[in-house]
Amino acid sequence: MSTTIAAISTPVYQGGLAVIRMSGENALLIADRIFVGKTRPSDMQGYTCQYGKIVREGRTLDDVILTVFRAPHSYTGEDTVEISCHGGVYLAREVLKLLIENGAEPAPAGEFTKRAFLSGKLSLTQAEGVLDIISANGERELVSARAMRDGDLSQNIHSVAKEMTRISGNLAAWSDYPDEDIPDADTSHLEDDLVEVEQKLDDILSGYDKGRILRQGIDTAIVGRPNVGKSTLMNQLLGYRRSIVTENAGTTRDVIEESVRVGDFVLKLSDTAGIRNTTDPVECIGVDLATQRLENAELVLAVFDSSEEFTETDREILEKIKNKPHIVLLNKSDLTKKLDQEYFSNENILSVSANSGSGLEKLPEMIAELFKLGGSSDNAEIYINERQRSQVSKAVGFVKQALAEYRSGITLDAVTVYMDEALNALLELTGERATEAVVNNLFERFCVGK
Amino acid sequence: MDSSTNFMGKFDIVVIGGGHAGIEAALAPARLGLKVGIFTITLDGIANMPCNPSIGGTAKGNLVREIDALGGEMGKAADATFIQSRVLNLGKGPAVHSLRVQADRVKYHIYMKQALEREPNVEIKQAEITEILTDESGAVSGVRTKLGGYYDCKAVIIATGTYLGGKIHVGESNYESGPDATLPAKALTLSLKQLGISVRRFKTGTPARVHKRSIDFSVLERQDGDEHIIPFSFETKGELKNQVSCYISYTNSETHKIILDNLDRSPLYSGRIEGVGPRYCPSIEDKVVRFSDKPRHQLFIEPMGLDTDEYYLQGMSSSLPEDVQLNFLRTIKGLEHVEIMRPAYAIEYDCCDPTELLPTLEFREHPGLYGAGQFNGSSGYEEAAAQGLVAGINAALKLQGREPMILDRASSYIGTLVDDLVTKGVTDPYRMMTSRSEYRILLREDNADERLTPIGHEIGLISDERYERLLEKERLIAEEVDRLEHTNVAPGASLNEYLVESGTEPISNGTTLAKLIRRPQVKYSGLVCADKNRPELPDEVTEQAELRIKYEGYINIQLKQVEDMRKLEAKKLSPDTDYTKISGLRLEAAEKLQKRKPLSVGQASRISGVNPADISVLLIWLEKKRREEHGGN
Repeated sequence: MSTTIAAISTPVYQGGLAVIRMSGENALLIADRIFVGKTRPSDMQGYTCQYGKIVREGRTLDDVILTVFRAPHSYTGEDTVEISCHGGVYLAREVLKLLIENGAEPAPAGEFTKRAFLSGKLSLTQAEGVLDIISANGERELVSARAMRDGDLSQNIHSVAKEMTRISGNLAAWSDYPDEDIPDADTSHLEDDLVEVEQKLDDILSGYDKGRILRQGIDTAIVGRPNVGKSTLMNQLLGYRRSIVTENAGTTRDVIEESVRVGDFVLKLSDTAGIRNTTDPVECIGVDLATQRLENAELVLAVFDSSEEFTETDREILEKIKNKPHIVLLNKSDLTKKLDQEYFSNENILSVSANSGSGLEKLPEMIAELFKLGGSSDNAEIYINERQRSQVSKAVGFVKQALAEYRSGITLDAVTVYMDEALNALLELTGERATEAVVNNLFERFCVGK
Repeated sequence: MDSSTNFMGKFDIVVIGGGHAGIEAALAPARLGLKVGIFTITLDGIANMPCNPSIGGTAKGNLVREIDALGGEMGKAADATFIQSRVLNLGKGPAVHSLRVQADRVKYHIYMKQALEREPNVEIKQAEITEILTDESGAVSGVRTKLGGYYDCKAVIIATGTYLGGKIHVGESNYESGPDATLPAKALTLSLKQLGISVRRFKTGTPARVHKRSIDFSVLERQDGDEHIIPFSFETKGELKNQVSCYISYTNSETHKIILDNLDRSPLYSGRIEGVGPRYCPSIEDKVVRFSDKPRHQLFIEPMGLDTDEYYLQGMSSSLPEDVQLNFLRTIKGLEHVEIMRPAYAIEYDCCDPTELLPTLEFREHPGLYGAGQFNGSSGYEEAAAQGLVAGINAALKLQGREPMILDRASSYIGTLVDDLVTKGVTDPYRMMTSRSEYRILLREDNADERLTPIGHEIGLISDERYERLLEKERLIAEEVDRLEHTNVAPGASLNEYLVESGTEPISNGTTLAKLIRRPQVKYSGLVCADKNRPELPDEVTEQAELRIKYEGYINIQLKQVEDMRKLEAKKLSPDTDYTKISGLRLEAAEKLQKRKPLSVGQASRISGVNPADISVLLIWLEKKRREEHGGN
């Protein structure tokens, strides 16, 4: 393993302390750059800790305890540094950010555990657990990434990636179709184009944290047929009347969002329009939003009316949520039961009355069971954020290098090495590859070929 | 059918098709000592170039050099039969230098036919193969011909090109046909489908051939070949000469109007063609429609050979009716009185889904059955020949019980081509381009021998003598690089004069020759004034020494990338792996992997729909398996 990885290893919305862990061959070296104490971390013995300060550009960020583990005597088997800082999302993220600026890579879900296993630190019997953690967290990261895709930041990165693809497409046309009569493919704008890209990437980096509020909690969608009591449930969980409740089906049309603490968890609840086939255009949009919310949610609370027969729409809802962490709430337990429980094979079923709140006391336990593998959505989101930032920052580096090489007068084939690297850094965020994106761009834009 | 009476013979390997893929697929195993039968519908179609009689070009030139470096035939044939040669992209950098020749179409055919005829282990058969025979286990056991005869064999390489299910379209007319008015292969597709192979339909096209006397060359731009000609083959010696010129003209608004007015008579626009055409080889009607803001499109007017007056109109492929073709061609400057000899046509053909192939080009589900060339969804003579060579070599190695030859993406354009085809698959006929290689600074035309000749030697296609020559060349290059790194030069009048002339700073302190060569503007040849003890060395040696020094930084970056890539490539996955049983893999990834059965974690990582978390899961699963097998904990 050549890279050094870092992540916040405590749940970010809990506790008075946060621990940031860093592992890899440069862990001590990176710690030296940001930690000021009596001795440098790289001079510390394994299994020792020391009090000191995390310093960025001469200013103290936080007082911390730094613990050093030396390879192979650490969880991952690599040199490892753990920094305990004061709790709260902000500080922990700043420390993590600083580590990444100094050469660490944001660790994807389960990466520490994966390294521990690959270096022989975990037994075979623990392997299954490792796989489960990676896949559960990977899935969570995918969900978070999807949710963030529409954000301004992602859009900005995407637009620069597109611009870079266009520039590389020009160069590809220029090198692959030398005999073609394609005036657009000239390279005289290359320097200006690269300067512009450099500027845009710099802007993205400097404005990275501005106006962004870290979303906290597990993204939870309340879904169900109209009038099964979704809004009542929402109000019950919130403890006050947030959603308008009437006896008319289809009352909630917009998506209503609130955060609520349920046991140890913060749920970011969204109450959605009841899912049904409707011709009302406004309600229709609401139903679409509900479906979309369901797809992006990390946890689904599916509400069914136990005083009514099971319907086709109920079946469709069950189908939609089957691959997501979900809890089935059979509402209206105070009324006569007509719903046949046979339709629900799921073990996570609660019989509740949203009106009185009875049955809901078991909810925290069930959520805990579903999320026992750790790695909350917040950690996933921080990872994605830091990864975006680190990829953008890599891209800037390569663009600057491409510019320097271009100005040195070297042939353009060599300049493209850096341009590809820059583009790859951005495209990696969406799982694309520079070579394919560029070739596709070329064929879209240029009329080439025999 | 009575098998005893119809038995016709026995081969180790049967190659179906005598085109550019089939030839390499037949020659390589034969040279490795295997008995090969090559079957073609017509012997006169061997190595035919039904489109442009040109070999090489961007990235394709690199393929030809790589084929040569591995011991293939294409480069030698092109050197022996070219009539004009040019290096494209001179001045744009060594990674994009591309050799391209115009070949004599008939002479090329004769050269290749003779190469096959003179190969003792090759038998050439004119016959249409209609069926692939398999044994109880599903492995290939023979082939049957249209005349009912059958041949036993242990491997079959399908290189059917546009013959397979071929159908030609010209305007409203269409008919079943192979290229250049040959018979199509009509029965084999059914046999493939019965084996369970997915068959799809692609199309390609070719422009009209016109008579030389009807072209007014006096008004055309002329394009001559290079003065100093570089051969394709690392073995070609002696003087090479250009014999013809090519010409350039342009379409105009009148041409475009005629095309647009007649679009309803095009089989492409009326939906009569179902095959998917290549994006990079659009017909003239495609160009005019898709790029309607372009006032003109360029065309090249190129001779087909020395003993013919046929000229080829590169850039004007079309499937419009003959009368429309004649009308729009006559609007073009220099072609006002043009006589069409062969009309342009579009051709549809059957091909496979290359993701059903292993990187050896063997069908994953059909041991002994290989595919190459257009059949695999590619396009181009060079791409075809490269795959023919890979399939031929691997079929031979397998029959000899040897390790397969799998060229990774960092080794060559051939490796990139094969990996793109089998790992990513294709949606339209695939053409090689320099932009497709992420390692292009390493994969240059000029160092194909260094990259691949050791592999060719190991396999047995490169003679000891040629290999020794390469080692000697490598030794001289290393020595010269070392000398340049360690030779100090003092500031001197003539040196500084040269430096200033080249547009770079003069020196005021001593430096090394290598440091000066690293300056982009400075040339090895220009430093002769300051290099008193420069040894007499062949150009190919000094060229490499100069490139290695000048591009050292870029080469090192790419070498680092290669190292990272090869770590995952080295993690092998067994084809027997049941991905549905690996807990932790996402459903989508498990399905894709189950279908594609990649040979390494590296290959798995390039399959779309497999994400980094899935790769982590695979790595852990592999480690777990390893420990279980070694009884550890």
